Amino acid sequence: MGALQLLGFVGPSVNWWALLPQIILLGAALAILLASALAPQRTSTAFATVTTLCSAVTSSIIAIGLWNDVKTEGPSSSIASAFGVDGFSIFFTMLILIGLAATALLSHDYLDREGIDPPEFHALLLCSAAGAIVMASANDLIVMFLGLEALSIGIYVMIAMHHRRSEARESAIKYFVLGAFSSAFLLYGIALTYGATGSTNLVHVRDYLDAVVFRDQHLLMAAMALLLVGLSFKVAAVPFHFWAPDVYQGAPSPVTGWMASIAKAAGFAALLRIFFAAFASHDVDWAPIVGVLAVITLVIGAVMAILQTDVKRMLAFSSVSHAGYVLVAVHAASADGTSAALFYLFTYTIMVLGTFAVVGAMGTDDEHPLSRYAGLGRSRPVLALGFTVLLFAQAGIPVTSGFIAKFQVIAAAVNNESYFIAGAAMMTAVIGAFMYLRIVMVMYVTDEEEERTSRTWHWTTSTVVIAAVGFTILAGVVPQFLIEFAEDAVPILIRG
Amino acid sequence: MIQLVAAQSASSFPVLNALIIVPIVGALIVVLLPNSRPELMRPVGAIFASIAGALSLYVMAQFSIHEAGFQFQSVQSWIPNLGINWHVGVDGISLWLVVLTGLITPIVLIAVDPHHDPKPYTAWLLLLQAGSFGAFLALDLFLFFVMFEIVLVPMYMLIGGWGYDDRRYAATKFFLYTMAGSALMLVAIVSVATLSAGNQDITFNVVELAQRQALSTNTARLCFLAFALAFVIKVPIIPVHTWLPDAHTQAPTAGSVVLAAVMLKLGTYGLLRFGLYLFPEASVWAAPTLATLGVIGVIYGAIVATMQKDLKRLVAYSSIAHMGFIVLGIFAFTTQSLEGGVLQMINHGLSTGALFLMVGMLYERRKTRAIEELSGIQSAAPVFAGFFTVVMLSSIGVPGLNGFVGEFLVLIGSYETRRWWTVIAATGVILAALYLLWAYQRVFHGEPTPEDEQTPDLTLKEGLVLTPFIVGIVFLGLYPKPLLERIEPAVDDLIAHLEHHSDYVQPDIGAPVVVDENHGSEDDH
Repeated sequence: MGALQLLGFVGPSVNWWALLPQIILLGAALAILLASALAPQRTSTAFATVTTLCSAVTSSIIAIGLWNDVKTEGPSSSIASAFGVDGFSIFFTMLILIGLAATALLSHDYLDREGIDPPEFHALLLCSAAGAIVMASANDLIVMFLGLEALSIGIYVMIAMHHRRSEARESAIKYFVLGAFSSAFLLYGIALTYGATGSTNLVHVRDYLDAVVFRDQHLLMAAMALLLVGLSFKVAAVPFHFWAPDVYQGAPSPVTGWMASIAKAAGFAALLRIFFAAFASHDVDWAPIVGVLAVITLVIGAVMAILQTDVKRMLAFSSVSHAGYVLVAVHAASADGTSAALFYLFTYTIMVLGTFAVVGAMGTDDEHPLSRYAGLGRSRPVLALGFTVLLFAQAGIPVTSGFIAKFQVIAAAVNNESYFIAGAAMMTAVIGAFMYLRIVMVMYVTDEEEERTSRTWHWTTSTVVIAAVGFTILAGVVPQFLIEFAEDAVPILIRG
Repeated sequence: MIQLVAAQSASSFPVLNALIIVPIVGALIVVLLPNSRPELMRPVGAIFASIAGALSLYVMAQFSIHEAGFQFQSVQSWIPNLGINWHVGVDGISLWLVVLTGLITPIVLIAVDPHHDPKPYTAWLLLLQAGSFGAFLALDLFLFFVMFEIVLVPMYMLIGGWGYDDRRYAATKFFLYTMAGSALMLVAIVSVATLSAGNQDITFNVVELAQRQALSTNTARLCFLAFALAFVIKVPIIPVHTWLPDAHTQAPTAGSVVLAAVMLKLGTYGLLRFGLYLFPEASVWAAPTLATLGVIGVIYGAIVATMQKDLKRLVAYSSIAHMGFIVLGIFAFTTQSLEGGVLQMINHGLSTGALFLMVGMLYERRKTRAIEELSGIQSAAPVFAGFFTVVMLSSIGVPGLNGFVGEFLVLIGSYETRRWWTVIAATGVILAALYLLWAYQRVFHGEPTPEDEQTPDLTLKEGLVLTPFIVGIVFLGLYPKPLLERIEPAVDDLIAHLEHHSDYVQPDIGAPVVVDENHGSEDDH
């Protein structure tokens, strides 16, 4: 440091306190790796799981502290405005940490069962989580890209870690190639944004766009289009969703849950921060495109979902359809819409984690035929009821958080006078509901009387399912607390 | 004096909230009962359903007769950030539907044995009762939507879990049809609340929104159509009725009874409360179309019912015909026709509920519902045939029984404003006699086969659960005044609201027929 200062280099001031959540996660990753390298015998899964859980809990305590800071002192930014500390970043940090804890619990059973080395998996998971947090907090496109890569690279390897299954490797390659492809789009978009506005920093971009009227904004339009395409890949919006069903099907279920929830949420965090916060003054340019994307995503996701016979593929398309819902909220380009999107992402993440917990526990084979769920209502009544609640929540039935989320999205669209999009969203929800009802019917109505041997469920899985169901109902009956949280979390770009 | 008591009780004890909560608590307790005691489930459930039923009777007793507005109102803040309140209240239109819901559920719980899984069966029926109460009592659009849609889940589970062979198809069809209907209603609910807000705070309060009438004509009409679609599917009206025969036929007896007696009424009740009341101008605009569809339903339901081979399907199609009458009554906009419509909702609940219950009893005895496999049951089961006759005559609308009063009021009320519709609908009464008497003749008369001779007669318990229906049918047929005098103020108020907000004027057709006969003596009570 001293030597650098002698050379005339002065680094930006760093608010280490704000970076602590990610640092703890990365530290935990290193600790797990080191312990496994130095330990005389194979490290136990329990050690890795407990370390990951502890780091998630510690990070979330710090995130709560940061939340109080933001509440009392207002949002701030750090590292030369490259890293934002606002309600938005803390909202996503909390969400990602919840996802991290749930995925760690789910993988505990899975790794043991499949004989995968736990230290590497958990280290990658922690890095991936840190990347997601960086992505959601970044105020600079380059930093955002770094976060995205950290998130994605962890996922590529986690998918492929089940090295005895060729499907897993195929999934990993597919996701990797398309991920690299989308990264290229994103980077090109970042470059053009820099060309159009003279900065990659979103604070500067916003200020520039507020101040300057373009005579010719083709460059900016191209930049926005490329950024939208790149992020649409990540959130699996139609027509950039083709990887989703294959990858979701081939990946280990805990990783699928992680991809469907946290990778999607982080992608939407980036989308919201770039488009709603930085490109706000140009919403007439991007909002209609997002609206079109939203409608085709909703329709294709719902229609394709009902054509599937494999549960994981069904849920993959349903996840595509849910991305459409969030896009409807993004399309509104308003504070209402953004908080609706945040509420949706929070509740959806928890639903999907619970859903994939059940899916993972139901079987590890490459195929997840619907018939495997036959008679679950009789053999495991409590868990079947929990799964039913989660599926109904995704269908948007009242008394679950899914309904409140859907309601807010519709309200945001109506406030924006996008009646057609609101109607389309509701109608596709009906199409999608058919798929959820199919699963429920199979669980409860089965013609064959034979009782299948029910596998024993690990308590970690049950914990995740019960917690997810409890939250889903809680946020469906008394949603006020989460609505307030989401309203306080609308992104704000602060010059640091 | 009565009003004072009602006001006091409303302020001291939120009885309507208790109505919704008691069955939910009952469902939770049933779920917590040990699985090793399956025989406990239904009695415990029946106790809670009966408590709710008793509360609904208490509401009826405390209801102040000559008051038009909502009584027993209770408002609690629910989601303040979205302007949503827990707001319930009851008026003359919803009162009897609440009582019907309160009484039908315990009867069904006592009467029908599910044969397997009594615990979830009881819990779902109790939740169905709670949701139906909620839907009839809700005065907040959001709350109403929640209740309107949540009742699908218990019914779906009942059909799927305890239904007949094709239950999977029927349950899914039922769920998706209703959900598709209500999908656009949610958009309309949000639109109405948002567009009515203006500079004021957003509210979902039905009374407030109905008073504001802030929507432009076209917007109101579009919103009305979205609401009407949801209700029309629920009623159901041709051509969106196809879920009903399947759902009714495949549902277990308990499901069919509650579906017919309570859930179909959500559609007609919704048309009254959220169609006419929220969108008076649009209702007048759409009335010819909806009345036409109602009349088509009357005729079509009757003709198709005549052709049915399955007794339960026959009753299901007769439901379509009866509900068509109610729709005609609603969209004729006269005091008598609306009164008749509301009364007919109760009548249909009693007669069709009892018919489904008895078809279920017949199925328990014979394991078939096919009309051609049954004949001459009367000789083996005379008491059963007697009960069936009374209920059937009520469904046909024979004078002296309740069906006549409702149909007569609908017809006489509609004649002035919708003459030719009424003429055609009146033939539906004859057709009802045709298909029901013909079915009765084939099933109960004729040469009994050896199997038919073995058919056991009604047991004492079955007789007891059917007695309330018979009592209701005869009582309302002879003395409908207690119902009508509570319905009338609310209906008059609704028509006044309609006249105030549209260019519709109710033609003067003299004094109301039934209620005013001895108006002088009535005030002494």
